[in-house]
Amino acid sequence: MITVQQLSKSYSTTKGATIQALDGIDLHIDRGDIFGIIGFSGAGKSTLIRCLNRLEEPDTGSIIVGGQDIMLLKGKELRQARQKIGMIFQQFNLLDSRTVFGNVAFPLEVAGKSKAEIRDRVTDILELVQLSDKAGMYPSQLSGGQKQRVGIARALANDPDVLLSDEATSALDPETTHSILELMKDINRKLKLTIVLITHELDVLQHICNRMAVIEGGRIVETGTVDKFFIQPESATSKRFVHIVQNYYANRFLVEGQGAGI
Amino acid sequence: MRDDLIDLLWTGLLETLYMVFWSSLFALAIGLALGITVVVTERGGILPIPILNKVIGFIINTVRSLPFIILIVILLPVSRFIVGTSLGPKAAIVALSIGAAPFLARIIENSLKEVAGGKIEAAKSVGASPVTIIFRVLIPEALPALVRAATIAVIAITEFTAVAGAIGAGGLGSLAIRFGYQRFREDILFATVLVIILLVQIIQWTGDLTARSIQQRRFKRE
Repeated sequence: MITVQQLSKSYSTTKGATIQALDGIDLHIDRGDIFGIIGFSGAGKSTLIRCLNRLEEPDTGSIIVGGQDIMLLKGKELRQARQKIGMIFQQFNLLDSRTVFGNVAFPLEVAGKSKAEIRDRVTDILELVQLSDKAGMYPSQLSGGQKQRVGIARALANDPDVLLSDEATSALDPETTHSILELMKDINRKLKLTIVLITHELDVLQHICNRMAVIEGGRIVETGTVDKFFIQPESATSKRFVHIVQNYYANRFLVEGQGAGI
Repeated sequence: MRDDLIDLLWTGLLETLYMVFWSSLFALAIGLALGITVVVTERGGILPIPILNKVIGFIINTVRSLPFIILIVILLPVSRFIVGTSLGPKAAIVALSIGAAPFLARIIENSLKEVAGGKIEAAKSVGASPVTIIFRVLIPEALPALVRAATIAVIAITEFTAVAGAIGAGGLGSLAIRFGYQRFREDILFATVLVIILLVQIIQWTGDLTARSIQQRRFKRE
């Protein structure tokens, strides 16, 4: 579904130095997969996912989504391609000037749908994210989890093939995180949607991802299944991640004896 | 107090309101256009054109650096060209609109920049065009701030009309100078000041009320 080849991106700082945010990224993501990209802060994961719909402009490389090279598109073509790539954000980024209904309707207005089509589609999609009763409310009246559900509904409005999740659960408490992850799993199954998510939370990977990549210093240092990552981490970064968890369990064992857990 | 007081005040007030209304309308239109252009054309904006951004920025700063009374004098030929005269309320509207627009452009720019970048990114991510983002995201999201900005501007324009009155624009300012000051009519001077104070209070109150009602609708609690 998504193939990234030799993707590079550098920033120049105000002091004139250049920072290589992405350095020759190669990545392949299968159709219908839930693909996780994990990395410590500053590894380049956010830049990577934002390059996939060109919110961030890469320097070189190709990004093929559903057979179309996103890097070659301009203006209107790019905007049309973006309608088929939904995105959700850590800070939700809902419009305060619009109700829940209005927020979900926004992408449909952009796509030029008629009022009747918009009403039907929004009703359906709000049902899918279990927010039918909140259609008339404004974002400020919702909890974090509900806001992210609206974010997901908005991202799904134009029936995309791909959903990009930029740390979508990082601002939520564990219980809400769990329910959002369940929802993502659910839409992945129901809509045959390919999901790409970036995170620094191991729980998120364990919970919903099939395959994953580890990013460090703008390079992919390891790819494979989530199981392999936890059982047989190869790269130094993966080992660091897994050791953090193992140390935690070991300490809990020492302090509280056998049977201690989370 | 003499019999002509009410008549004079009424005429002056109508002239002032006439000038304030039209000047505000034109200044708001020009200011909105300039403010939006400055925000969207800057580096990293939704339609980056750095050169246009610099040019407009320069024009705004230039007009703003001139004291208003000098600006009116400079704009006299322009007024004559546009409305056919350099005297009276109509001529003042030209100077007031051009004089207040750059000031409005800057406060509108500030209001628009308060809109979180994430909302604009979200709009981009669903494929919204720059024009859609301007009219369906930037302006609606900044609306309460824009109403407050407009209130500040309308009050500033009210003050400016009084200044313009000093050089023949008519209105309450001219009344205060010509009658109150030059003909020692203290009753007119005080009455004029009183009316201007009331006018400014009403404008501020209306602006506050409008901004608050928008905000209450969006941020009401259950």
